[in-house]
Amino acid sequence: MLGYTITQWLFGVLSFLAIMFALMVVFSRNPVNSVLYLVMTFFCIAGHYLLMNAQFLAIVHIVVYAGAIMVLFLFVIMLMNLNEDTEPQRTQITKIIAGVAGGLLLFVLVGSLKGTEQLQLQSYGASQIGLVKNLGKVLFSEFLFPFEIASILLLAALVGSIMIGKKDIK
Amino acid sequence: MITFVIYKLIVCVVVFALSLGVAAYATLWERKFSALLQDRVGPDRAGPKGLLQPLADGGKMFFKEEIIPNVSNRILFILGPCIFMITAVMTSAVIPWCKDVSIAGKVYSMQITDINIGVLYLFGVVSIGVYGIMIGGWASNNKYALLGAIRASSQMISYEIAMGISVIALIITAGGTLSLREIVEQQDAGFANIVWQPLGFIIFFVCALAETNRAPFDLPECEAELVGGYHTEYSSMKLGLFLFAEYINMFISSAVMSAFYFGGYNFPWSHELYDALGLHDGSKWIAIIGFGAFFTKIVIFISVFMWIRWTLPRFRYDQLMNLGWKILLPLSLLNLAITVGVEFLRGNIHL
Repeated sequence: MLGYTITQWLFGVLSFLAIMFALMVVFSRNPVNSVLYLVMTFFCIAGHYLLMNAQFLAIVHIVVYAGAIMVLFLFVIMLMNLNEDTEPQRTQITKIIAGVAGGLLLFVLVGSLKGTEQLQLQSYGASQIGLVKNLGKVLFSEFLFPFEIASILLLAALVGSIMIGKKDIK
Repeated sequence: MITFVIYKLIVCVVVFALSLGVAAYATLWERKFSALLQDRVGPDRAGPKGLLQPLADGGKMFFKEEIIPNVSNRILFILGPCIFMITAVMTSAVIPWCKDVSIAGKVYSMQITDINIGVLYLFGVVSIGVYGIMIGGWASNNKYALLGAIRASSQMISYEIAMGISVIALIITAGGTLSLREIVEQQDAGFANIVWQPLGFIIFFVCALAETNRAPFDLPECEAELVGGYHTEYSSMKLGLFLFAEYINMFISSAVMSAFYFGGYNFPWSHELYDALGLHDGSKWIAIIGFGAFFTKIVIFISVFMWIRWTLPRFRYDQLMNLGWKILLPLSLLNLAITVGVEFLRGNIHL
């Protein structure tokens, strides 16, 4: 079809949808809609993982981000009942300052990207790395130490959040 | 290629029809079963012995007046039951229904798709199902609906954890595969997984009750406190979708439990039976007998679900959370530790 393979078509469509939903997250007025668009963005990214044959990452991305974290986000936003009435009114000057600051950030990002070289992806054994078995083997042998460090970090964050959440710290 | 597409299409349609049909007749069975337990007759007017009751119920749902609250978010209000229904039906895609059949030298597998992350796919789809309830409950713009939705989603998230850990123990027993077909096939050679995972099965079963919002965990629709829970504002077929999806969830979780712990389409002495009947691998009769065994297990599980609903009173919400986090989660971790120990002694895990 028009000189592209199906994979390329899928990549194009998924990228378009991902960027569109990401923009909708920022532009929609209702916070609940923003969260739902963010969930859609996650689905598109999971699709990209599938295209790279990383099935495990794709499904874990959906279970963890779309299925758990975003539900908690939605939870908080629904309970706070945010809407256009409760949104704080900003003055003209803050909007201008925000626009200039955002533009500068974009400028810096584009400038830093311009100097980079194209990264050559190093492929592990014919792109089968995303399958659960191969990923597990690499994770628990070659990258065991970073993996354990990451889990300790997560544990620390968990304990910290429980400490903050506790009402009476003795 | 074309044969493949047609055959997959047929399997999809059959599985879809089967889910809907079983769910429809599960509603009738639920009413008949409760009548049995309460010494009543139950519905017996529509058709012989009330067998056409699901059709009458469905027709009633379609023809009822549809009310969309004026102040609610219209799109999300409609989207809620749709998501809940779609995710309920989607879970059936990875369930293996019977052994492969070979017709004219070609092998056809009776499963929509055998992906090697089948178990994770199930969890992914189930976790998306929460959105249906949350969106529906929030878009209703009703305090009862919102409270019901929040109860439902926090309950589902909490019980997913214990369920996931009990499934990890199961996967270790099953030889480290995430494909449902391989889990079922592995039980064909040896014992059913229930022999190695009795505690894991009990945890999974309790969590499945909570995940499907069935009694005694049906707090999201607790009528004494919350009117109708998350579907308070729903009417007509949108309410029907919410109620119907619950029965589909029940059907699928029964199928998953029989596949995980009770050997799916395998049954004790099946090989002896097939040999006595002179059947070879790939025969359609093996598939039909296997499907019969699988379906019997599913019906038994659905009946147990109903039996529990009409026997046990409802939990209080704090009791529900305590059970999930303070009892089932530690138990499932203990089960995981024991499983690893036992499998190490059996020589299935190598360091």
